[in-house]
Amino acid sequence: MNTMLDSYKTTPLDQVNVWFEAAKISDFPKDGGACIKYKNKQIAVFNFAREGKWYACQNLCPHKMEMVLSRGMIGDDKGIAKVACPMHKKTFSLETGENLNGDLASIATYPVKIEGDSVFVGFSE
Amino acid sequence: MKKVVVIGNGMVSYKFCEKLAATSDFKEFSVTVFGEEPRRAYDRVHLSEYFTGKTAEDLSMSTADWYADNNIELHTSEMITEINREQKTVANHRGVTYPYDYLILATGSSAFVPPIPGVEKEGVFVYRTIEDLEAMASYAKKIKAEGKVEAAVLGGGLLGLECANAVKELGLNAHVVEFAPRLMPRQLDKGASDMLQSKIEDLGLQVHLSKQTQYLQGNKSIEGLQFVDDTELKVSMLVVSAGIRPRDEIARECGLEVGTRGGIVVDNHMKTTDESIFAIGECALLNSMIYGLVAPGYDMAEIAVQQLCNETDAAMPEVIDMSTQLKLIGTEVASFGDALNEAKQEIDEIVYENKRTGIYKKINISKDGSTLLGGILIGDSSDYNALFQIYNTAMQLPENPEDLILGSRGGEGGSLLGDVMDLPDDAQICSCESVTKGQICGAIEDGTAEDLGGVISCTKAGTGCGGCKPMVKDLVDATLKSLGREVKDTICEHFDYNRQELFDIVKLKGLKTFDEVLDSHGTGGHGCEICKPLVASLMATIHADTANKEYTIQDSNDRFLANIQRNGTYSVVPRVAGGEITPQQLIDLGIIGKKYDLYTKITGGQRIDFFGATLNQLPSIWKELIDKGFESGHAYGKSLRTVKSCVGSTWCRYGMDESVSFAIELEERYKGIRSPHKMKGGVSGCIRECAEARCKDFGIIAVEGGWNLYVCGNGGANPKHAELLAEQIDNETVVKYIDRFLMYYMRTAAPLQRTAAWLDKLEGGIDYLKQVVVEDTLGLAQELETEMSELVNKFECEWKQAVEDPEMMKRFSHFVNSNDDDENLLFVPLREQKMPQHWK
Repeated sequence: MNTMLDSYKTTPLDQVNVWFEAAKISDFPKDGGACIKYKNKQIAVFNFAREGKWYACQNLCPHKMEMVLSRGMIGDDKGIAKVACPMHKKTFSLETGENLNGDLASIATYPVKIEGDSVFVGFSE
Repeated sequence: MKKVVVIGNGMVSYKFCEKLAATSDFKEFSVTVFGEEPRRAYDRVHLSEYFTGKTAEDLSMSTADWYADNNIELHTSEMITEINREQKTVANHRGVTYPYDYLILATGSSAFVPPIPGVEKEGVFVYRTIEDLEAMASYAKKIKAEGKVEAAVLGGGLLGLECANAVKELGLNAHVVEFAPRLMPRQLDKGASDMLQSKIEDLGLQVHLSKQTQYLQGNKSIEGLQFVDDTELKVSMLVVSAGIRPRDEIARECGLEVGTRGGIVVDNHMKTTDESIFAIGECALLNSMIYGLVAPGYDMAEIAVQQLCNETDAAMPEVIDMSTQLKLIGTEVASFGDALNEAKQEIDEIVYENKRTGIYKKINISKDGSTLLGGILIGDSSDYNALFQIYNTAMQLPENPEDLILGSRGGEGGSLLGDVMDLPDDAQICSCESVTKGQICGAIEDGTAEDLGGVISCTKAGTGCGGCKPMVKDLVDATLKSLGREVKDTICEHFDYNRQELFDIVKLKGLKTFDEVLDSHGTGGHGCEICKPLVASLMATIHADTANKEYTIQDSNDRFLANIQRNGTYSVVPRVAGGEITPQQLIDLGIIGKKYDLYTKITGGQRIDFFGATLNQLPSIWKELIDKGFESGHAYGKSLRTVKSCVGSTWCRYGMDESVSFAIELEERYKGIRSPHKMKGGVSGCIRECAEARCKDFGIIAVEGGWNLYVCGNGGANPKHAELLAEQIDNETVVKYIDRFLMYYMRTAAPLQRTAAWLDKLEGGIDYLKQVVVEDTLGLAQELETEMSELVNKFECEWKQAVEDPEMMKRFSHFVNSNDDDENLLFVPLREQKMPQHWK
C-alpha cells in the first residue's frame, strides 16, 4: 500500500517539466475542489476563490489510504490554506502538505497555473 | 560566571538546559553540552513515529537555533571520554579539555543485550537511536526483497511493544517474545496483559509469552530463535529490547561511586559522591533504582537546576511516581500508583473486564475503603486523569468505590472528580511537565495568561503526552468564570459567536450565502470544516435552502447527498416513511440494487440501505429510484431520519391508535428539514412500545384518551429515555407541540448537539421546556409554528433537484477530466454480497 503513497512526491515549481492541461476553470467549484487524472495519478485541484489562488495535492489521504481529498472542504487554519479530509476531518496545509491536526505524513503538493480558461498542474515527469 | 558542562544530549539533558535557561540566575552560568550523536536531542519516547512519516527534525526537542539563542554551546558528535575531578576538567576523544565548575552527567542508557549465544549475528538490532532505526529499516528492505517478512522483538515491556510497532510499520510480521508470563510485567497484571495481548493480536502482531531464548539459529545471519522449551520461532530479523543499562563508564573510571549492577549513585539532591558532579536521568541510581521513564528524569533535571541556583533544600520526593498513560500500538494503556500491590498490603481489588469492547480496568483500594492505592486501565484510559488525582491527593473515595471504574449507575452522571476546582492547589495536573493546579489557575489569576493557549505556553502544561489537556481546559474555564470573565464557546477561529448568536444574525440581517456571513461577521479568514457546515445548517433552517445551493460548504455526506463509507464509496437510502412499503416497491428496489451490485441491508430505522455505490453511479441510481416514485431519505443529513412505527390498531389486537398513519404523517411533515444534528422519531400504538419511541428525539405513544408525547431521547453512545412533555393530547396538538419543540431546538442548540444533550444543558430542564412549548411563557409559540410551517411548505427533494439539473450533476464524477471510476476500489465477497477490502 505504501507504494501508492510513494508515487506522490511534492513537486516544487523549479522541478516542473510537464504542465498538464487538466480541465477548464469552470470544471472546478468556487472555494472547492475536484479530482483530475494524470497518468496513473489522482490529483485533487482546489479553486480557492476567496484567496484568488489555486492549489493541487495528492487525492490520497495518508490516514486510511482513500482517494477522497478532492471531496473535502477547504478553508484556513490561522491563515494557512488547508483541506479537511471528508472521512475523518484530518486537515492538511495546501501550501506545505503538512498534517495540521495530527501526526500523519505530509501529503504531496503540486503547482497550478491558469492560462486563459484552462487549469494546468505541474509535474516533474 | 560559573561553568556548567553537561555530558549527554538526550531528552533529560535538554530539559535540564531548558529549565536552567528559564531561571533568573541563568546569566551567571555558561553552559556547554556534549552529545555523541550527530543531532540535537530528540524525543525517544515517540521513536517509532520515525517510520510513520516523522523526520528526525520533527522528533527534535528544540528548534535548530534554540541552543544558540540561549547562549548554550552545543557540541554534537563529540564524545567525552575522561573526567579529571582534581583539575575539574573533562576531555573528549581527541584529548581536548574543557574546564567546569559543575558537571552534569546525563549520559542516559544503552540497550541491554542479554548474553544469548548468537546475538552477534547479522540481522540482530537494538532499538535506541535514530541510527538504530535506520539500520533496521535498511535490513528490513533487504530481507523483504528476498521474500522474508517474519521478525521478532525480544522483550514485551513498554519499549519492546513500541519497538514491535516500529517493526510492523516496516511492513514486517512482528512477533513479540517475552520471558515473563505476561506483557509489560512491571506495569500490568495478568488480566490487563491478556486484554492488551488480544488487542494487539487483532492488529496482526503475534505474542509469545514465557519464552526463554537458548540461542539464535542461523549461520552468518539470524534465521530463528531456539527456546529452552524445545520450540522455535523462524525469523529473519531480531530487535533486542530487553531492558536498559545505565551509561556509567565515564563515572566509574573517575572514581565516582556506582551501583553493583550499574548506575551512578546519587543522593536525593541528585548529587554524586563528588559535590560538584550531578547525575540525572537513566544513568542515575537513586534509592538503588534506575528510573526508565521520562517524567522522573525531568524531575531530576529540575532538582539539579535548583541545586545549582543555591536552593539547597530542593530534593526528589521519597516516593517517585511511576504512573504512566500512553497509546501502545493503538491501544490505550495506563497504570498508576501501586498497580501490582508491590507493597504487599491488605487490599481490595476491583476489576472490570469487557472482552467485547476490549476494556480492562482494575483499582486497588485500601481494606477500609478509604484510599485509592493504584490501578490499571486498558483499552479506555479516559478516566486516568481523574483517577490519578484521586490517588495522588489521597482524596476520600465515594461510598461505592466501584463507581470509580464503572461510573455511577443511576442518578446524575457527573464526572468522577466532581468539581475540578475542589482539587488542592498542589495537585499535579500535568505530570510530564510537573505543573500543578495552583500554577495553572495562578497564570490566569495574575494575568500572565488570558486563555487556554496562554496557559499552555507559559506553564507548558499539556505539551508532553497531552493526556491532561481536558483537565487543563476545565481548570482554565472554571478560573475564568470565577473571575467573572466570559467563557465563550465560539464556533471556531473564523467567528467570535456561538451558534445561537450567529443564527439570530443571519435571520435578522437576511444573509444568504456563506461568503456574506463570513465577510460581514467573520474574523477575517476564509472559513473551515467547522463553520462551513454550521452556516449551511443555518441557511437550511432559516431559508429552507437545500444542500444543492452551496454544495462546497456542506459536510462530507451532504455535499454528495449520500453517506460516504469506508472506502470512499457511498450508501443510498430512499425514504420509506413510517417503514410502510408495498411488495411492488420492494421489487423495484431489489431490481435496482441487483443492477448496480449494491450490498443491501435493512436499517434500524425501518428502511433499506444500499452500500458500495461509486460517485459516478449515484446519479443513475437516483434517476431510477425517482422514476419508481422514491425520494431522498436524507440519511446523509443532519436532519430527520425516520419516524419508526409499530403496526398499530390497523392490525394489532392491542393497538390503541393508528401508529403507522401518524408516523407517515409526521415523517412527511418534517422530512428534509436540517437541524443541528440528526433527528429521529417514533410512534407506538400502545404502551408495549414496539416502535421504541422513547429512545427517539420525539416519540409518541397511544394511550387511553390520546397520545403521550416524549422528547429528547437518544440511543447511541449515551442512551437516554425521552421525557414526558405532554399527556393525552390529540393528533393536532401533537403536531403543534413537535413544531414548537423542534424549532426551539434548531434555534438554540450548539453545533452537532443532539436533543438529549441539549436538554441536559438547558437551564431548568424539562420543566422549562414545558413552559416554552406547552404553556408558551416566552410568547414564542406562534413564531415557532410559523417558521416550521414555512420549512414544511418549502420542501423539495434535493435528489430530484440534482438529477434534473445538468450543472448540478457535474459534481458526481470521480474525475473532472475522465469518465473513469476510482481504480483503487477493491471489494471482497461477503456471504452472498460484497464488502470493501479491509483498511491496511
